[in-house]
Amino acid sequence: MADKRYIDAIHDALYEEMTRDPSTVLLGEDVGVKGGVFGVTEGLFDAFGEARVIDTPLAEAGIVGVAIGMSVNGLRPIAEIQFADFIHPAFDQILSEAARMRYRSNNDFGCPLVIRTPYGGGVHGALYHSQSIEAFYAHIPGLKVVIPSTPADAKGILKAAIRDPDPVLYLEHKKMYRSVRGEVPEGDVTVPIGPAEIRRPGRDLSIFTYGLALHESLRAADLLSPDIDAEVVDLRTLRPLDTKTILASVERTNRALIVHEDNRFGGFGAEVAATVAEEGFRFLDAPPTRLCGPDIPAVPFSTPFEVWFMLTPEKIAAAARALVDY
Amino acid sequence: MSAKDTKTVKARGPASPTAEGPPPSHLLEMYYFLCLARAVDERMMALQRSGKAAFMISGQGHEGAQVGTVYALDREKDWLVPYYRSVASVLIKGMPPAEIFLIQLGKATDPSSGGRQMPGHYGHSRHKILSTSSPVATQVVHAAGIAYAAKLRGTGEVCETELGEGATSEGDFHEALNFAGIHRLPVIFVVENNGWAISVPQRKQMAVENVSSRAAGYGMAGVTVDGSHVLEVYAAAREAVARARAGDGPTLLEVKVPRLTAHSSDDRQETYRMAEEIARVRQLDPVHVYTEELRAQGVLTDAKEQEIRARIQREVDVGTEIAEAAPLPDPATATRYVYFEPPGPGR
Repeated sequence: MADKRYIDAIHDALYEEMTRDPSTVLLGEDVGVKGGVFGVTEGLFDAFGEARVIDTPLAEAGIVGVAIGMSVNGLRPIAEIQFADFIHPAFDQILSEAARMRYRSNNDFGCPLVIRTPYGGGVHGALYHSQSIEAFYAHIPGLKVVIPSTPADAKGILKAAIRDPDPVLYLEHKKMYRSVRGEVPEGDVTVPIGPAEIRRPGRDLSIFTYGLALHESLRAADLLSPDIDAEVVDLRTLRPLDTKTILASVERTNRALIVHEDNRFGGFGAEVAATVAEEGFRFLDAPPTRLCGPDIPAVPFSTPFEVWFMLTPEKIAAAARALVDY
Repeated sequence: MSAKDTKTVKARGPASPTAEGPPPSHLLEMYYFLCLARAVDERMMALQRSGKAAFMISGQGHEGAQVGTVYALDREKDWLVPYYRSVASVLIKGMPPAEIFLIQLGKATDPSSGGRQMPGHYGHSRHKILSTSSPVATQVVHAAGIAYAAKLRGTGEVCETELGEGATSEGDFHEALNFAGIHRLPVIFVVENNGWAISVPQRKQMAVENVSSRAAGYGMAGVTVDGSHVLEVYAAAREAVARARAGDGPTLLEVKVPRLTAHSSDDRQETYRMAEEIARVRQLDPVHVYTEELRAQGVLTDAKEQEIRARIQREVDVGTEIAEAAPLPDPATATRYVYFEPPGPGR
């Protein structure tokens, strides 16, 4: 085991997979010589050369579309969209093309590719460098959506995503890059796409969360202890969703609090809440409840705005107390 | 704008088109495919009009562009990224008429989608025909990616993609050509310009006469040819393939073609096209033009023409019978292949 930052775990997964499999290629804006605007791909250009680490034009639909073509002709592309806020021009290529290739060809073609992109607020990124985009993409059949929260998962899930036969959207909360550290197993260890992970077992309520909000939720659980014993479940994969782990947790705790930074209306939490309500109704002592980002277009810039917007352990603890007191 | 107004535009590349023609043995084969594509298309239309197919989209008038370009490819080795008018192209790449009719009728054994997609959405991995969707120009970027992979892997493959002139207005068209130009990829962008994007004429689609003039902006060769003359198309395509194969980069090959039908079976072109224009473009029909050319050269005799036409009639009839007899898909299979399914018991 080695203690690593979240960003280094992602880098290491890329380095190891590109070493292992010569069909892997990296493409995106500034991913080459510069090593990415956050430094995730530092050193890969020198290690693997400009044919496999491609500085692309500023064209997100083109990045994903080119990756699709590479994928059907024998490569394993790993595309980087510089900020999740800029992925939307590629929505059509992701929705209509990558995610649908297998289904529409009746399994004649697959489309193995990974799209990595940093999302999330808390770094003064404002409206266009802070968005959470997972709800749009988790809605798409044929696409897998993962949001690892620990360095070990960041590495292991990225390795699994690169080897997956289907397209995977891999979301990285940018505030975690240098603020989250953790033990990462040495060597070629993959973490499967799909299963959720209980990060903290508890008896009084279940907090279902992912991304940076996982870490805020774990701190909230510390604040709540010992009065309230919160279970914290890291969903890790939004699609396919591990409903079995979710329902088993609610069966033990009888309360579900869903926490995410993305805004609430039509957000991913609605899917978790609906699953709990439809399939776990008999376990419940209180309504499935969501604590989410405010329903405004995105994170406003100025510091007081951003502080007001972001989830905190205190906000989560207050929501948990209200739910337990229901 | 008529095909008579077209001219060759060179952004980069060899000086002038050589008159390099196909081997003599190919002249009649190309004739066969032109006529086969037309006959298949007419049968698709008949299936739609008789209520057996819900929808039909035609390639009539585009056959010269497709036979001329796909004949210049290595049909086994090279890729085709088609669009919904690519009937002749997919026939030449190896899909027999029966498969086109299976697609047309939405049958379970439709090789492109198993009855999941509307007719006209061709794809077939064994023939290196990429599966296609309905949003226009998305496939153009895929062609660039396929060509990048071919170059990186050193496979020697060339990729041809086909699109209409309307699709050149999409951002994906620009992004694809820009990327292909930067990396000098072995890809040929074949724009089958029939002057109409459903009801919108070319003058409302772009401010230039020739789509190929845009090639200069991407640092690639740009050529416009008359799609009524299949051998002219072939000569231009041969050059484009040679350029791609030699590592000299992509070509934007615009082929001016007549649209001989409405946009689709759901469209009434009489509401936006003048009767005179519809009648005039009939004179540009590549099947008629090539028939006359071959007759003038003495390559096509009455006897040969009858023999080829009879063979096509048989193949289209047999293909229709096969497709009509094929089973429809079972709705229980509609949930299959959203994701990869590992092989296992019962599969």
